[in-house]
Amino acid sequence: MPNYYQPEIETASREKILEIQNEKIVKQVRHVYENVKYYRDLMDAKGVTPDDIKSVDDIKKLPFLSKEDLRIAYPYGLLGTDLKNCVRIQSTSGTTGRRVVAFYTQEDIDIWEECCARAIVAAGGTNEDVCQVCYGYGLFTGGPGLNGGSHKVGCLTLPMSSGNTERQIQFMMDLGSTILCCTPSYAAYIGESLAEMGYKPEDNKLKAGIFGAEPWTEEMRRSIEKSLGIKAYDIYGLTETSGPGVSFECEEQTGMHINEDHFYAEIIDPDTGEVLPEGEKGELVFTSLDKEAFPLLRYRTRDICVLSRKKCSCGRTHVKMSKPMGRSDDMMIIRGVNVFPSQIEAVLLKEGYPPNYQILVDRVNNTDTLDINVELPPEQFSDKISDIQAREKKLESAMRTMLGIGPKIHLMSPHSVARSEGKAVRVIDKRKLHD
Amino acid sequence: MAVKQLTVFLENRAGKLSEIVKLISDADVNIRAMCIADGSDCGILRLIVSDLEKAQEALKGESIMSAIDVLAVKMSDKAGSLSGILTVLDKAGINIDYMYAFTSPALDAYVVLRVGDNEAAESILKQHGIETLNDGDFT
Repeated sequence: MPNYYQPEIETASREKILEIQNEKIVKQVRHVYENVKYYRDLMDAKGVTPDDIKSVDDIKKLPFLSKEDLRIAYPYGLLGTDLKNCVRIQSTSGTTGRRVVAFYTQEDIDIWEECCARAIVAAGGTNEDVCQVCYGYGLFTGGPGLNGGSHKVGCLTLPMSSGNTERQIQFMMDLGSTILCCTPSYAAYIGESLAEMGYKPEDNKLKAGIFGAEPWTEEMRRSIEKSLGIKAYDIYGLTETSGPGVSFECEEQTGMHINEDHFYAEIIDPDTGEVLPEGEKGELVFTSLDKEAFPLLRYRTRDICVLSRKKCSCGRTHVKMSKPMGRSDDMMIIRGVNVFPSQIEAVLLKEGYPPNYQILVDRVNNTDTLDINVELPPEQFSDKISDIQAREKKLESAMRTMLGIGPKIHLMSPHSVARSEGKAVRVIDKRKLHD
Repeated sequence: MAVKQLTVFLENRAGKLSEIVKLISDADVNIRAMCIADGSDCGILRLIVSDLEKAQEALKGESIMSAIDVLAVKMSDKAGSLSGILTVLDKAGINIDYMYAFTSPALDAYVVLRVGDNEAAESILKQHGIETLNDGDFT
C-alpha cells in the first residue's frame, strides 16, 4: 500500500498540476524580473517581458542560467529578496571547483523539507521510524535537507552527519535505525564495515536507504541492498534549486518523481538549447516555481537524463526522470571518447569487484592515459601470477567493450583505495595540472 | 605430507614488501623460505614460515592472503639433487606451476614445489625414495 506525505498533490491529476504550475510561473517570472537585476538584463536582452509568460508553455521563451552565470553573479547577484528575509545559506561542496552559495527564506526551507519528507514517506518512512542521517551537515544540503524532512515525517532523527563509521554502526545497532540516508558510496562502505565486524545483513533493523548526491549505478544499488538487507531509494537534487528532494524514487525504482508543484523540468539539446520531446535524452533544466530567495529560472543542471510521464504503479502522477548518466561535469573526454565514472563502476560490479575504485587520467607524450585502481576481492586471489594477470586482462577487456577505450587496471589490496565518508573523489585528472 | 605456504598479494607500491616482512618479523615469526612472483603491476609473495597462524594474525587487514598446500622435498645439498627430483616428476607427467629451492643447515637442502596434484606427486616421489617434509620440519 503506497503512502504519500501530501497525497492530494502527489497524486493530483495532470490538469491540476498544470493549473498549479501555470499559476505559479506567472507570479514567479514577475517576482524574478522585479527583484533580480541579473536575470532582468538577460530577459531584456532577449526581448522577453513578464507579460509574455502566461503559462509553463511560455517558459521556453526565457533565457537559460548556467553555472557560469552563478559564478558571475556570486554572491548576491541572483538573490530574489532582501537579505533580511533570508534565514540560511547552503553551499556546494565545490567538487567541480566552482562554489555555489544559495539563499533560503523560511518558506523556502519549509518547502524543501516537505520535498524531502515526500521522499522519506515514499521509502516507507512513518513516525515510527528511526532515521539515521549520515549525509554531511553544515553547508552541504544533504544533512540539513534530510534532517528537516525526517522531522516533518516525525521519525526519530539521528543527526549523525558523515564520518566516524564505528560510531555510525554503534548507533545503528543500539538504537535500531530503520532508515539510512547518506551517499551511496558511504552506504556501501557501511555495509562492508558491518560485514567485517561480523554482522549479517539481517542483524540490523534497517529497511530502507535514501541515497543520493553522487551518481551511482543499478549494479551498485543491488550490491548495497544485499549488503545491508534493505531497499535502496534514489534521491536527487542540487543546491542551486534547493538540495535533495527535487525528485525521489518510489517503490517501483524506475526513475525519480520530480516535485512538479515546485520545479518545472525540461529536457533540452545541450548543444542547441532546443527543448526536446518527452522520452528523448538530453540535458535537464529546472525552473523553480516558488522559491523566494534564490529563484533560478531555466537553470541548466548539466545532468543528462530522460523524462517519462508513463503511469506509475505507486499512484504518483508527477513526471519521472531517469537516473542521470552523470553530470556532464563528471564526464571525462579521454582520447576523444566520452567516459563517465558510472560506466566504469557498472563494469566493476558486474565483474565481481567492489565499488571502491579510483580513476586516474593523465597525459603522457601527448596521449591520454586512463588508469583504474581497483581492489582485488579476496575470493579472486590466487597464488599463481598467471591467474591474477588473467583477471586484470579480463577486466581490461570488459572495460574496453563498455568504454570504447582500453584502461590499465591496477589491482590493489582491500582497503587500499581511499574510502569516502561524504562525496567520493573518484576521478583524479592530472591533465588539468598541465594546462 | 604437504606443507602450508602463506601466499600474500602485493600491490605495486613502494615499501609494501618491506611492511609485510616487518609485520612478520615483529610477530617473532621466522621466514624459512620465500619467493616473489612479479607481474607487470602486482606481485605475489610466497612464504614458508615457522608459525603460520601467528603470521596470518600479524598480516590481518594488511593484504589478501591464503594458505595453500605445497610440497617441500628434502634433498642433499650437492650437484644433481634437484635434477633427479625433477626428472622423476617429469617422467610421471606431473607439471610444476612454480618452485623455489633453499639450503639450510638443519635440512641440508629442500625445494618447494607447487603442483596440480600434491598426492600424486608425493606418491611418485616416495616410490623413488625421495622424502617430503611437513610443517613440523619448519617450526
